[in-house]
Amino acid sequence: MAVLTYRDALNQALAEEMRRDPSVFLMGEEVGVYQGAYKVSRGLLEEFGPMRVVDTPITELGFAGVGVGAATLGLRPIIEFMTWNFALLAIDQIVNHAAKMRYMSGGQVSCPMVFRGPGGAALQLASQHSQAFESYYAHIPGLKVVAPATPADAKGLLKSAIRDDDPVIFIEGEMLYNTKGEVPEGEHIVPIGKADIKREGSDVTIVCHSKTVTPALKAAEALAAENISAEVLDLRSIRPLDHEALFRSATKTHRVVVAEEGWAFAGVGAQVVDDLQREVFDELDAPVVRVTGADVPMPYNKHLEKAAKADAPKIVAACKKVLYV
Amino acid sequence: MATKVVMEALSPTMEEGRLVEWKKNEGDAIAVGDVLAEVETDKAVMELVARAAGTMIKQVIPVGTTLPVGGIVAWLGAKGEAVPGGEAAAPAPAAAPKSAAPAAVAAPAAVPAVSAPPASSDRVKASPLAKKIAKEKGLDLGRVQGSGPAGRVVLRDLEGASAQGAVSAAKAPLATGRASTGAPGVVFEDVALTQIRKTIAKRLSQSLGPIPTFYLTMDVDMTRAAEAREALKALGPEGKVSFNDIIIKAVATALVQHPACNAWWMDDRIRIWHEANIGMAVAVEDGLITPVIRNAETKSLRQISAESRDLAGRARERKLKPDEYTGSSFSLSNLGMFDIEHFTAIINPPEAGILAVGKVREEPAVVNGQVVVRQKMRMTMSCDHRAIDGATGSAFLKTLKTLLENPLALVW
Amino acid sequence: MATAAPTIPKKVDAQTAEQYRVWLRQMILIRRFEEKTGEAYSLGQIGGFCHLYIGQEAVAVGSIAALRHDDVLTCSYRDHGHALARGMAARGIMAELFGKATGCTSGKGGSMHLFDASKGFLGGHGIVGAHIPITTGLAFAIKYKKGDQVAVCYFGEAAVNNGAFHEALNMAALWKLPAIFICENNRYGMGTALERASAIYDISERACSYDMANEVVDGQDLLAMKAAMDRAVTRGRKESLPTLLEVRTYRFMGHSMSDPIHGHYRTKEEVEEQRKRDPIALWSDQLKSAKVIDEAGIKAMEESVMAEVMDSLKFAEESPDPDPSELWTDVYAGSN
Repeated sequence: MAVLTYRDALNQALAEEMRRDPSVFLMGEEVGVYQGAYKVSRGLLEEFGPMRVVDTPITELGFAGVGVGAATLGLRPIIEFMTWNFALLAIDQIVNHAAKMRYMSGGQVSCPMVFRGPGGAALQLASQHSQAFESYYAHIPGLKVVAPATPADAKGLLKSAIRDDDPVIFIEGEMLYNTKGEVPEGEHIVPIGKADIKREGSDVTIVCHSKTVTPALKAAEALAAENISAEVLDLRSIRPLDHEALFRSATKTHRVVVAEEGWAFAGVGAQVVDDLQREVFDELDAPVVRVTGADVPMPYNKHLEKAAKADAPKIVAACKKVLYV
Repeated sequence: MATKVVMEALSPTMEEGRLVEWKKNEGDAIAVGDVLAEVETDKAVMELVARAAGTMIKQVIPVGTTLPVGGIVAWLGAKGEAVPGGEAAAPAPAAAPKSAAPAAVAAPAAVPAVSAPPASSDRVKASPLAKKIAKEKGLDLGRVQGSGPAGRVVLRDLEGASAQGAVSAAKAPLATGRASTGAPGVVFEDVALTQIRKTIAKRLSQSLGPIPTFYLTMDVDMTRAAEAREALKALGPEGKVSFNDIIIKAVATALVQHPACNAWWMDDRIRIWHEANIGMAVAVEDGLITPVIRNAETKSLRQISAESRDLAGRARERKLKPDEYTGSSFSLSNLGMFDIEHFTAIINPPEAGILAVGKVREEPAVVNGQVVVRQKMRMTMSCDHRAIDGATGSAFLKTLKTLLENPLALVW
Repeated sequence: MATAAPTIPKKVDAQTAEQYRVWLRQMILIRRFEEKTGEAYSLGQIGGFCHLYIGQEAVAVGSIAALRHDDVLTCSYRDHGHALARGMAARGIMAELFGKATGCTSGKGGSMHLFDASKGFLGGHGIVGAHIPITTGLAFAIKYKKGDQVAVCYFGEAAVNNGAFHEALNMAALWKLPAIFICENNRYGMGTALERASAIYDISERACSYDMANEVVDGQDLLAMKAAMDRAVTRGRKESLPTLLEVRTYRFMGHSMSDPIHGHYRTKEEVEEQRKRDPIALWSDQLKSAKVIDEAGIKAMEESVMAEVMDSLKFAEESPDPDPSELWTDVYAGSN
């Protein structure tokens, strides 16, 4: 099996899908000549030409709208936001148009497109460049939201997203682009809506996604040294959520910790907790505990930033809390 | 992956269990629900049931071993699978503690029955999972010490030992000395405590210490009751009722009229029961147990008679289920069959009262100037003064006496 | 820049005459339909927002007359007139306004979201200005697929101050897309006159920011509208270049059914003055002068239109509500 960086896995997915389907095109800032702000689209302009790899002015609203229009006429746009922080400017096009086109046209018109880019924090980028937006979009019926944590999942999910007939919010991570992992050869598709057990365990389930998967695995290692067996469940899809996997794991371990990058109020974890308490109440030996980003704008200072993030020690503490040890 | 079979808390007060018999052997295929072994608890002999399927790959403890709740009894897994290493080994088997001394069928003094109503008066806090499992196993959450925040009962509290796995200390070898009785050269024998002995001891001390108890004694003329009992025999074999049955019915009826005596003292409140769930003390080998006749006030003499016979029989065979010996609102102890004329029983907390009944004896009496033989019976009520006052208890006894002396009043 | 107003030629051949009458009927249809819609709204049969096109009929009819069946267009929420001009059935539109299952968007869209993909009518949009970049996207797709269609966008003058307008026109010009941006300048963005919202009055001047072809058109003059549109369409088809048309028109009713016709924001006198340039009267006068139609013909036309409108009302009233299960359909591709 090949070992690829997350970035290259995405690059492969883009290239493969653009070769496979001529209606797929990539549009965004610096995606072409610059080879991609994070080099995710390296080499694509050379292979596919300027009509299919389109550099835009700094006009998130505008080019998101262009994507919506193109999708309604049957093309499959991939709209790249340099980071999801900037997509706030385009959120009207995503939420009021892409998400609703099918419904308000009575099924006549739809938007088979992908909005993608890195989300969440990197290092010391401060408050406006560090936000996790999964829950904003997961809130909207008509959208799908995915957040792969590994190169294999990134490739497989991007291919699924591009082929999906609904608008998909695809959340990557700046801090993930350089991470490496095994990626299966050949046509590798990961279905949207399926979580993945990254580590099996029996005493507590750690539900996580995107950048909290690695700290969750670290936490599981630390707990194993204390004879606590933690199961790490990577959601991969935020909307739709893989309830079956979630409930199966919670029923097995009876204790759940949810770790996420974003803020706590009405975050992804809040939905997970609601689903658990409603559906598997009798299986829970403890309340579900969440580990989230601190409820503050992201500070610049290195140490403050570290304190604000969900990390392995915090996850370990949460697991011990639900185990009453 | 191999799964372990642990010693489960098969009764609300069980802290350890003794393996009496294996029902499945190594190599047997096990389905969920199969009986794996019989375990003696503090109350009865119970079945240990498989909660997973697989093959029995290891019987960890031999017959006769006592294991704390949570200890590993056996391993199930795939055929030929190895038992996981590094697991907390089975505790060193305790010596079989069954005493050689003659079992005391007669308790030294009236020993209150060992029933198990909830000890705490607060709302029980328990995790949803703990509640579910307690319900499944018939465990009383109120009797379980919760180790979670604010005393929350959590799963491991039901399993007994902590999540780290339990290793119980090996039992100290029994001391022996020399005695004039028993085997030559042996002065004394220490008899290891069986489960039931331990429970009785613990609960006795609990009860006698803190409860301000007073005793009310009354003599009852049971002549008419005896006549009625004889008359019932004309109904055939099913007409056979005991004095105890009649007393149970009378007590239940009287309690309905004096609900203040049918109560639990719960530290911050008194729970007045409106149904008479009468715990009747039954002597069993080396101990005592109190099966409960529920809603005795609604049951006919015939029903009470059948039930008491059935419960007593099964009690002696140690085949009662936990919900059959828990939850009484008032208890009755009868040592008449042992020729005892009068005794005081010890209250079963949280109940507020218990009635001790002696034998029905013939006594001369003067009636209408004539010396006649009457059947008399002495009954003594022990009352928890925190819940029952002298007048209250006396009034109840008065009613009870009237009912027993005029049995037809029972169907009034 | 404005060109001289075209007039009907002295000699009109039969085919052209017929075309002219069709356009007149379309305008009358829009007028009577909108009047009845206003009535139905006041009777509570139509709910939510309702924006009437009365007074602007020549813009929709004149511009759509220049399009092919395979061109595509988007409008704002003031879309009933454009839908009718594009050939969508009165029944389907009225039923949609009534929220019925037989509506053109199955009762799920309502007045602001009329759609007919088969006629290239891609909504009906509720957010001011948001459909302008979407239309740039339509034009992008046309060019991507190497077609010669044009993508047309109708919006009001208040939308031109919106960021979306700027971004969309810039990209359309930058990438040379076959888009036609039609600003229906009816002078008032709800209750705010253009002068109070816009730093410059002449909207067409904004096109120079993008080096885009542009014209000012008298929107009450049907032929002027048609001529300007012809030029824009040709530019789009042949050169794949966009055009901005500032079409000056007037709405005789309030912004929506909930807004006053006149009052603080414009005077009654102004409205009455503008009504003297009623586009339907202007056109029918021209046709009568050219002997393309006479009073009797107009009367017959009015009756035919009325019958069609009343029929659509009856159809809407008698149609069923959507099945409750329709709540859940068309959210995702699979949810049907």
